[in-house]
Amino acid sequence: MTQTSKTLEVSVWRGDAATGNYETFDVPAHDNQTILDVVSWIQQNSDATLSYRFACRVGMCGSCAMMVNGKPRWTCRTHVKKVLDGNKVTVAPLRNLPVIKDLAVDMDPFFDKWVKAEGRHHPTGTRHDPMPEIKPDDPARAEANKAIECINCSVCYASCDTVAGNPDYLGPAALQRAWTLYNDAKDADKQSILDAVAGTGGCHNCHSQGSCTLYCPNELDPLSAILGLKRASAKSFFKGGR
Amino acid sequence: MKSHRSHPLWFAYGLHRISGLALALFLPAHFWVLSLALTQPERMDGFLHWAENPMVKLAEFGLVFLLAVHMFGGLRLLALEFLPWSGRQKSFAAAACAAAFLVSGSFFLNAM
Amino acid sequence: MLNIQLYMAQRLSAMLMAPLVLGHLAVMIYAIQGGLSAEEILTRTRGSAAWFLYYGLFVAAASVHGAVGLRVIVHEMTGLRGWGLWSLTWGFGLILMFLGARAVMAVTGL
Repeated sequence: MTQTSKTLEVSVWRGDAATGNYETFDVPAHDNQTILDVVSWIQQNSDATLSYRFACRVGMCGSCAMMVNGKPRWTCRTHVKKVLDGNKVTVAPLRNLPVIKDLAVDMDPFFDKWVKAEGRHHPTGTRHDPMPEIKPDDPARAEANKAIECINCSVCYASCDTVAGNPDYLGPAALQRAWTLYNDAKDADKQSILDAVAGTGGCHNCHSQGSCTLYCPNELDPLSAILGLKRASAKSFFKGGR
Repeated sequence: MKSHRSHPLWFAYGLHRISGLALALFLPAHFWVLSLALTQPERMDGFLHWAENPMVKLAEFGLVFLLAVHMFGGLRLLALEFLPWSGRQKSFAAAACAAAFLVSGSFFLNAM
Repeated sequence: MLNIQLYMAQRLSAMLMAPLVLGHLAVMIYAIQGGLSAEEILTRTRGSAAWFLYYGLFVAAASVHGAVGLRVIVHEMTGLRGWGLWSLTWGFGLILMFLGARAVMAVTGL
C-alpha cells in the first residue's frame, strides 16, 4: 500500500467494559488530517453509534486522548501521516481505565487517585494575612513550576505498566501533583503529603520505566517528580522513621 | 511487544526485572550445590566435573552476565533515586550494559 | 505492592550487596583459573571467619533483596495480595536464608 491511497483502513475498538472487538472502517484520506478528524468522520458519516470524547480540538484540554497504534496520544494532535502503517491505523480507548463505551473511558479512578495522593493545598494563612513573597527562581518553586501544567489528560496513566499491574498504584499524574504541593512554600502540611505518597500504592512502586515522561503531550516529567518524592520520603524515613 | 514499550528506559527496566527473577530462581539451587560440600563432597566434585562441559560454561557466562547487568542496572537506579541527576540515564544505562558484558566476557575467556 | 519500609529494605540491601557482588565476581574469576575442584575451594574456605562473615552477610542481604523483588513481580503479574503475598515474601526469604546459611556453614565448616 502506498501513501497516495485515497482511503484509510481504520480499526476502531467497539464495546464496553464487559466485551468488545475491533471494527474496520474505510475513511477518505486527506493531505492534512488528524486522528480526531478520522474518528469524527466515522461517527458523522459511517456509524453514528460510535462514542468518543473531544472538546477543544486544538491540543489544550486533553479530552481526546486515546490509544493510537498502541501508544497513548492526544488524537487532535496526532497527524495521520505520522502514524499510518501503509494505509492502516488502529484506535482504541485509553489503557488502564474502565471502558464506558467504545473510545470513552471512565476517568473516575484517575481522579480518585489524584485526591488520594494528597495533592491539595494545605493553607498556612488566612485572607487577612499579607501575601507571602515567593520568588520564581527559588529552587523549590522552580521545581514545582516544572510540573504544574498538568491538565489531567491521563496519557501518562495509560502509558504506565506499573499502573496496569498494580491497581493500588497512584500513578504518575497524581504523584507529580503531590510533588508540586510538596515544593510549595505556602503549604502547611508536607508530612501528610509524604504519608499519602509513601503508603501501599505510593511512589515506591515506580520502576522508572519512563513511559510517562516520554508520552506526556505537555512535555512534563512525572518520572523526575516521583524520584523527588522517593528522595523526600527517604530523608523523612531516616530522620523520623516514617 | 506492545509499541508503547519500545524505548530505552523501558528496556532497562525489562532487563533488570528478568535478570532479577532469573537470579532469584537460580540462588536456591546454587546454595544447595554448595551445601553438598558438607554432606556429600564426592557428589560436589562430580557436579564440578560435569560443570566443565562447554554448554555449562555458556550457562555460567549467562549467569555472570545477568548478575553484572542486574547490579549495574541497580546502581543506575540508586543514582537516579538518591542523587538529583537527570537526562544522563540513557547513556548510563548503555554504559551499564557494556560494563556488564566486559565483566562476564572476562569470566568466559578465563573459563575456557 | 511496596511501602516505604519494604522499599528501604530493598534499597539498603542493594547498597550493601554492591561491593559484595564485585568481590564475589573477582573471587570467581580468580577461582576458576586452571579448573575448579571442591578440594581447592574448601582448603581455602575451611575455618575462615572472614569468608563466613563475608558470605553470611551476602546471604542475609540477598535473601531480603530477592524476597522483596519476587514479591513485586508476583503481585504485578498475578495480582496476589494480602495474606497470600506476605506468606510468599516471608516464605521465599526464609528459604533463601536457610539454604544460604547451610551453604556458608558447609563451605567454611563453622
